[in-house]
Amino acid sequence: MVLRIATAGSVDDGKSTLIGRLLHDTKTVFEDQLSAVEKASTRYGDGSLNLALLTDGLRAEREQGITIDVAYRYFATPKRTFVVADTPGHAQYTRNMVTGASASDVAIVLVDARNGLTEQTRRHLFVASLLGVKLVILAVNKMDLVDFDEATYHRIVAQATAHADALPAPVVLNPLPISALLGDNVVDASTNMPWFKGLPLLDLLETIEVPGDHNVGARLAVQWVIRPYSTEHHDYRGFAGRLTGGSLAIGDLIRVLPGGQQSTVIGIDRGGVPQDTAQPGEAISIQLADDIDIGRGDVLVAAVASEAPIVTDRIIADISWMVDKPLETGSRWIIKHQTRTAKAFVSAIELRHDVATATHSPAESLGLNDLGRVHLNVSVPLVIDNYDRHRPGGAAVLIDEATGMTCAALMIRDSE
Amino acid sequence: MTMIDSGTQATPAEIKQSVAELEDEAITIIREVAAECRNPVLLFSGGKDSAVLLHLAAKAFRPGSLPFPVMHVDTGHNFDEVIVYRDILVEHYGVKLIVASVQESIDSGRAVEETGPRPSRNRLQSVTLLDAIAEHKFDAAFGGGRRDEDKARAKERILSFRDHFGQWEPRAQRPEPWNMLNAKIRPGEHLRAFPLSNWTELDIWRYIGIENVALPSIYFSHRRTVVERNGMLLSVGGPVVLEAGEMPFEETVRYRTVGDASCTGAVRSTASNVDEVLVEVAAARITERGATRADDNFSDSAMEDRKREGYF
Repeated sequence: MVLRIATAGSVDDGKSTLIGRLLHDTKTVFEDQLSAVEKASTRYGDGSLNLALLTDGLRAEREQGITIDVAYRYFATPKRTFVVADTPGHAQYTRNMVTGASASDVAIVLVDARNGLTEQTRRHLFVASLLGVKLVILAVNKMDLVDFDEATYHRIVAQATAHADALPAPVVLNPLPISALLGDNVVDASTNMPWFKGLPLLDLLETIEVPGDHNVGARLAVQWVIRPYSTEHHDYRGFAGRLTGGSLAIGDLIRVLPGGQQSTVIGIDRGGVPQDTAQPGEAISIQLADDIDIGRGDVLVAAVASEAPIVTDRIIADISWMVDKPLETGSRWIIKHQTRTAKAFVSAIELRHDVATATHSPAESLGLNDLGRVHLNVSVPLVIDNYDRHRPGGAAVLIDEATGMTCAALMIRDSE
Repeated sequence: MTMIDSGTQATPAEIKQSVAELEDEAITIIREVAAECRNPVLLFSGGKDSAVLLHLAAKAFRPGSLPFPVMHVDTGHNFDEVIVYRDILVEHYGVKLIVASVQESIDSGRAVEETGPRPSRNRLQSVTLLDAIAEHKFDAAFGGGRRDEDKARAKERILSFRDHFGQWEPRAQRPEPWNMLNAKIRPGEHLRAFPLSNWTELDIWRYIGIENVALPSIYFSHRRTVVERNGMLLSVGGPVVLEAGEMPFEETVRYRTVGDASCTGAVRSTASNVDEVLVEVAAARITERGATRADDNFSDSAMEDRKREGYF
C-alpha cells in the first residue's frame, strides 16, 4: 500500500522543485511551511516561490542552493501513501543514491530536456539496476525550456532506453515529459503537450504495479532471544526477528543455520500476541519444540523451502564504495549481514563497473563512489541468498573498525 | 443505489495494515539497537510520540520485560497532568524511570537560565540530556523524533551518530542502505535511535486509536485559562507570567504536542477523543510544531541548530 520512491537527478535538474511541486499540489505542504519557504525564497533567491526550499532543509543547502543529504518526505493521496527518498545528484554523493534506492520500489530519474542524457543519468540508471529497483520513471524535465518539443523528448527517451537495455539487470522505463516548475504533467495533464498520451506523474505513481518479492521460503534472522524468567513464562524462549522470504505457520519444520539442527514451530507471537501464521515483513518471535542453542545472528529457515540459502564464508558481491579511504585487496573490515557481525578480508577486487558505458574493467582498488565487484573471506559462515532473489539475505554493509563509519553497501551475488 | 468508490479511499483494513507495517519496522529497530548496544535508554517526555515509543518497546520484548530504563529530561516547566500520567505509565509497564532535571543543571551551574521576559528551558535540555547520558554511560538513546516534523529531522538517519560533544554533524552521517543499522561507536560517543522516523502525525494518532495507547488528558479538549501571545495560546500559571496589557481568558483547547510549558501552545479544539482528533489532524493546515512551538519559529534552521548542539 505504501509506495517507496527514490528520486535522482543531476544538479539543477529540478528534482527538489519536482518534489516540492508534488507536496504543494497534493496539499501536503502546511501553511506555516509555505510561509517559511516564502520568507526563505526572498532571502536565498529572487523572491519568486522556490519550491526546492521545501526539501532542502539544511542551512548549507539553502545557502548553496543544492541538496546535500537524503531527505525523506511523506505524502498521501486518497489512493496511496508515498515515502520519497530525495537523493542528491552530485557525483560525490552517489552513496546517497545507493542508500535511497536500496529501500525503494520505484526510482524517478530526472533529465534536463536541454542537456539530454548525462553521465549522471547513466549512473542513476545503473545504480537502480544494481540495487534491484525494477521500475524507473524517466522524467524529462524543463520541457518548457525546449518549447515543449516532442522530438527532443523522444530523442532523450531513445537514448535512455538504449542505455537501460545494456544494464546488468533489466529495468522497466516509464518515460514522461514534465515541467516541475510550471506543473505540467506532475499532478495535472499538460495542456502544452497534447502529443503526450500517457498519465501525469501522480496518476502514474498512484497506479503503478510493483512486482512482488520472490517467495524463497521463510527466513528469520534472529535479532534477540526473549527469555522472561518469570514464573508464568518460565520455559519461554522466543527467537525474535523480522520474517522475510515467505510465510510461516505453527507446525512448520525449520532448520537452524549455520548449525543445521531441525525443529518445529510451536508458537508465533507478534508484539506479544499469539498468532497461528506470520507473513513476510512481520516482526515476530517464534518458539520451537526442541531445546536448541540458538543466538543472535543465526537464521531460522523453512526446512521445505522453494530456494535454500547458501552457507558460506566466501562471498562474491557487487559493492558501492562510500568513503574517501580506498578499498584495496587484502584490506580488513567489519561486515554486517542480517543480524550477524563478523570480520571480512578482501581477497580480490574482480572489477570496476563503468557506469557511463555499462561495461567494466579490471581494478586494483576502489575509491569513493566507485561501483565494483569484490570477493570476501568472512571470519564465520554467513547464511546468504542472491540479492536479486531475496534482498535481506543478499544485502550487507562494510564498517571501518577504526572509525566506525559505514563504508560500503554490498549486493551479494554468489559464494566463491 | 449507493455508489461506493472503494478504489479511491483507504479502507479501515488498509489503514490497519499500513500502521501494522510501521509497527513491524519500529519493533525491528528497537530490538536491533537493544541487541547491538551495551546500555541503551528510552527518552520519555510524556508526549504522544514517546507514549507510542514506550508502547512499541514494551511489545518488542513481550512476554519479557523492557531490557532498558526510561529517562525523563524534566525541564521543571511541566504540565501537572503529564507528570501524573508519566508516573502511572511507569507503574503500568514496570519500567525503571530516571529523571534528569534541568533545574539541577541550572543549580549546579552547568546550564544558565535564559534571560529576558520569556525564558524557555527547551534549549537547556540539551545540557541536562548530555550530562545524564555521560553520567549513566548510556551508549544509545531512543527518541520519538519523526522525519515529517521538521526539515532538519527529514535528513536524519534512524540511528544518528553523536560525537564526544554530543553533536550531530549532518554532513558526516552514516549511510543506512536497506535501513541496516551500524551501532559501532567509540568510548565517549553515543547514538540516538529514532524508531518512529517514518511515521507521520496521522500515523501516530491512528496507532493510538487502534492500540488504545493511553495519553495525558491535555491532548483532548478541556477548558483552560490562556493568554494569546504571538498567535499562540499559552496556559496561564506556572512558567507563563502575564505581561502588561495581556488579558487572560477561558477557552476550550487541547494540545497537539507536549513540551516546555513556557513555549508550548494549545489549539482551540473540541476534539475530546481519538476519533475526533483524527478528523482534526486530517484537516489540519498547519504543522504541529508550527502551531504549538514558539521555539521552532525563531529561525529557518532552529531545529538544525539545536540538534547540532545535542538536542533530541
